[in-house]
Amino acid sequence: MYHKTVPYRIFNVINTVFLIALSILCVVPLIHVLAVSFSAKSAADANLVGLWPVDFSTIAYQKTMKNPLFLHSMWVSVLRTVLGTALTLLITFLAAYPLSKESSVFRSRTFYSWLFVFSMVFNGGLVPFYIVIQKLGLINNFWVLVLPSAVNTFLVILMLNFFRSIPKELEEAALIDGAGHFRTLFSIYLPVSLPSIATIALFSMVYHWNSWFDGLLYLNNSNQFPLATFLQTVIIQQDMSSMSMSPKEMELLSQTTVNAAQIFIGAAPVLIVYPFLQKYFVKGMTLGSVKE
Amino acid sequence: MKSLKRTWPFHVMLLPALIFLIVFSYVPMGGIVMAFQDYKPWLGLSGSAWVGLDNFRYLFERQDSMQVIWNTLIIAVLKMIFNLVVPFIFAILLNEIRKVGLQRSIQTLVYLPHFLSWVILGGILIDLLAVDGFANRVLGFFGINPIFFLGDNNWFRFTVIVSDVWKEFGYNTIIFLAALAGINPSLYEAAEMDGANRWRQTLHITMPSLIPITIVVGTLALGNVLNAGFDQIFNLYNPLVYQKGDIIDTFVYRTAILNGEMGFGTAIGLFKSAISMILILISYRLAYKWAGYRIF
Repeated sequence: MYHKTVPYRIFNVINTVFLIALSILCVVPLIHVLAVSFSAKSAADANLVGLWPVDFSTIAYQKTMKNPLFLHSMWVSVLRTVLGTALTLLITFLAAYPLSKESSVFRSRTFYSWLFVFSMVFNGGLVPFYIVIQKLGLINNFWVLVLPSAVNTFLVILMLNFFRSIPKELEEAALIDGAGHFRTLFSIYLPVSLPSIATIALFSMVYHWNSWFDGLLYLNNSNQFPLATFLQTVIIQQDMSSMSMSPKEMELLSQTTVNAAQIFIGAAPVLIVYPFLQKYFVKGMTLGSVKE
Repeated sequence: MKSLKRTWPFHVMLLPALIFLIVFSYVPMGGIVMAFQDYKPWLGLSGSAWVGLDNFRYLFERQDSMQVIWNTLIIAVLKMIFNLVVPFIFAILLNEIRKVGLQRSIQTLVYLPHFLSWVILGGILIDLLAVDGFANRVLGFFGINPIFFLGDNNWFRFTVIVSDVWKEFGYNTIIFLAALAGINPSLYEAAEMDGANRWRQTLHITMPSLIPITIVVGTLALGNVLNAGFDQIFNLYNPLVYQKGDIIDTFVYRTAILNGEMGFGTAIGLFKSAISMILILISYRLAYKWAGYRIF
């Protein structure tokens, strides 16, 4: 048995230590931000904070939670995430059913599949897309955050692969009993596909929460921005106009700690759904890409 | 029309997706005619002057656009290579850890950065990698002079590639772990009987078993040859590193949207889309031929 040999044992110890170190490296930056966000101004500004808060303080969070622009952008993000996910789920669920049929049953399937796949393979690029959005009157319109991303071919493929794994007898029995395809889809397929619906919902939620470029490109007023776009302008482009500080506050607050608090709040929802996400995405990813 | 009687529910179910697909994918494709125009927003598609291939000629004559294409290629290709090699090795090493709980915990931590956006990670990295940031303090501890990772043309590409691999290697490991789990254990038992040590088993059983999936992942990544990662670059770069760090997508954004050179921007976009499409089609064909992979 190789497990018992001395060289393998030595390898095993080194390997374990190495992998643990590597995995810690993946979360160290987040821990650092968390530590900075809870530190006092002086320590943060002097870059003295490592992985633990120095002079614990929650003032950065208090200030952030009182910033009306921040709160409103959070609301926009919640709204787009809820509406966008609901729309994507409905459309994906409906479209995946006919596409999961064999070409012999649904002859137009090949044509439709090509339409979907080609949209994934080729696109008109940024400029024509921008002009279309403009012509549709979606500039400075909340719905620009929801509508353009409603159909995602990757998610449709995920869903249809799941539908194909459902035993055919289930559908046949329903059709023999006189149920139409809509009835079959909603009363037979829906209950058994809840896990894959959850997968798609989680993927879609994370996508919407993290999306920032659409807000930057199509919305001109910072009071319409979703949170990710707001963070992009404040933290990356360092546009401070939304941040008003009184001289008294300047003494206690630093941009560094406030930024850290905002970054952490921006990441928090993803961290919260992450355990659920992890349960599903491994399956989803292998289902979508590895097939026999 | 008998079949339509039977299949009409299918068409109805596809209708909503179809509408969105047409409006947001196919209509914009029509807009690529702008690449052959000197497009002026106030003149519109029908009123703008036709300039033939001038935009494309301009694209290959301008020094900055050639530099941008070159930057895109280098960054994207290096990312593709490391995003294949690192997860491959990591999966094999992780597979050696027999304690299920520990293996799970490591997976949980390494998958996480994939789900955070580049805005969040960019914000963190700009702070961590600053000249007086945390990373340089650690380096200073070892007597290394401060490095301006995000503002030095000699370091920017390195920083971009390493941080991308850092974000994605865990997630990219999933597919290799799935393949490792599918290896028939009796192969290892037989090797054991023949007196092969673990290294030999890895070399002659584990690695060969991973070859098919590596080919699939590798060929499918081919379509990304001109995708250097807009989200990442846009959130990490600044005018100091345009020379080595500016890529097609960020260049299009600046020239077309910020400077209003719409026709030129469309031409570069079309250049990218067309090459990517050809590569994707080739790669799918190859993946099908070599490994029997089908997408739909």
